[in-house]
Amino acid sequence: MVNNKLTVKYLIIGNSAGGIGAVEAIRDIDKTGSIAMISDEPYPTYSRPLISEYLAEKRPIDKISFRPADFYKVNNIQIISGNKVETLDVEKHTAELADGRQIAWEKLLLATGGVPIVPPTPGISKRGVFNFITLDDAKLIDQFLNDADGVVVIGGGLIGVSVTEALLKRNARVTVVEMKDSLLNLILDEEVSTMAKEKLQLAGVEVLTSHTVAEISNTSMNRDTVSSVIMDDGRIILCNAVVVAIGVRPRIELARNSGININRGIVVNRQMETSHPCIYACGDAAESYDFINGDYRLSPIWPNAYMGGRIAGFNMAGIHNEYQGGTSMNSLNYFGLRIASAGTVNPPDNSYEVLKESKGSNYRKVVIKDGVIVGMILTGNTEKAGIYINLMRNKINVEEFKYVLVTEDFGLASIPEELWLPQLSLPSSAEDYSIITAEEPEEILAGE
Amino acid sequence: MKRVYIKEEVCIGCGLCEVYCQLQHSQSKDLVKAFNRETPQPLPRVEVERNGPVSLSLRCQQCLDTPCIYACLTGALSRDTSTGIVNIDEEKCIGCGTCALACPFGAIKQDYERGKAIKCDLCQDEEIPACVANCPNEALVLIEIEEELLNSKPAMISR
Repeated sequence: MVNNKLTVKYLIIGNSAGGIGAVEAIRDIDKTGSIAMISDEPYPTYSRPLISEYLAEKRPIDKISFRPADFYKVNNIQIISGNKVETLDVEKHTAELADGRQIAWEKLLLATGGVPIVPPTPGISKRGVFNFITLDDAKLIDQFLNDADGVVVIGGGLIGVSVTEALLKRNARVTVVEMKDSLLNLILDEEVSTMAKEKLQLAGVEVLTSHTVAEISNTSMNRDTVSSVIMDDGRIILCNAVVVAIGVRPRIELARNSGININRGIVVNRQMETSHPCIYACGDAAESYDFINGDYRLSPIWPNAYMGGRIAGFNMAGIHNEYQGGTSMNSLNYFGLRIASAGTVNPPDNSYEVLKESKGSNYRKVVIKDGVIVGMILTGNTEKAGIYINLMRNKINVEEFKYVLVTEDFGLASIPEELWLPQLSLPSSAEDYSIITAEEPEEILAGE
Repeated sequence: MKRVYIKEEVCIGCGLCEVYCQLQHSQSKDLVKAFNRETPQPLPRVEVERNGPVSLSLRCQQCLDTPCIYACLTGALSRDTSTGIVNIDEEKCIGCGTCALACPFGAIKQDYERGKAIKCDLCQDEEIPACVANCPNEALVLIEIEEELLNSKPAMISR
């Protein structure tokens, strides 16, 4: 019989990037304070981006785990998985789980993530319609899919392209339907989006942009199972399965029901603290600071979730820390096309300056406003992407050297020395370190 | 903690650090094989950047605060707490390049052929990293420093 009442110092709801970021920060500061993590998924923390590898090649769960198997033990974390927080009492600092257990907490993190956006398309609840957010989603598709099946993917964003690549590796015939006029339109410009589209088409994918699925239908005897989709122009595409990959919306019911301030996501400040003291939020569930736009917005990407969680963790452990902010940033390698993108890649008006160069597979574009980089896209060699993002994050005025930003061999040496040399040079105080040199080689003894 | 720093003013941009890094990270440890015959071809984890009179030998700085680890989508990156070296678990790495988005120096390289990120490991098996041992102008310096004395912030480019 489980103990019906648990008391912890830190309660983390969620076991993905944000939750892990938080507990790792907490354990940096507080080695002993009790931590419990709740997850409604029955797995130890795993890398969501790797569910495509699971689907593509059945990569086993221990090979997609986000942390080593002994993570919870080593960090002395009580993990309660396959369970769910049903209600929160933010005044009494308690939570009640689906199985009736009560947990009392001092500090709480809502790292509840997102849920798939499902359009009200007729036929959406038929058998053979899937999401692609969780490992269980990937497992369901895996079990359902037969060789050479036709699959319609609704949504040409990151999730849609990711599942498409995995489905192709499973020998499926894939049609991607994107409502807007280009693929990955939130993170790419027209040029690079066209490159991506061509790569998909080359791999045998049918790409239908500027269209929507009007109805998920069936022409066969089995009325409950998908057998086709009807497009907005009346076209019928035969298929065995549909993957809805439109995106995620914040999972905020728990916060809303508890009276915590909500906008589109949970409202937090730079400490990742919600409207309630002692309650924090991060990741896909929260609206966090964006350093490009200077506002708080949804930013459902993995690294931002981790960092937001990490900052929350420090503050929960009593160390004041402010989130520097994230922005939309992605590094992709789909169908052999390598892309790095960040910030505002499609300037909304002509107050922005755009510089771009294209040489072979290397495309470089930066978007500048008031002397500062606010967006960039690289293709081909993307190793130097972090330098651009660091210039963006620190709002460095690049006016004097902006033309080198789009050169093929851009690197640290391309930008003024004072921006990097101090950090790569020996520490200023010689007393702080000792220089290690090789011992004089010993005389080689003759003989043997 | 061991760290490699550069004396940029004496770096002549010869590129021997790259050559010896590639050799050190080869299977054969044979110069000709490492450059011409090994498959997959070993790659250097250090890079010489040149721009007019400026040249620098760049490698991972093994930052104390590690934006690359925080950004990693798969958990492939981790920091060895005893050596302070940031390691990549190649079994987990999918070569997505998200770590490179996070590195303020652009010091994480990609092995595009194998689809893996690669980076300086300070030649863990060697007393002196190959780049330092073979720099003809002593532009690279290996030091021992207490962790607390390291610059803790990776976001080093400051306003």
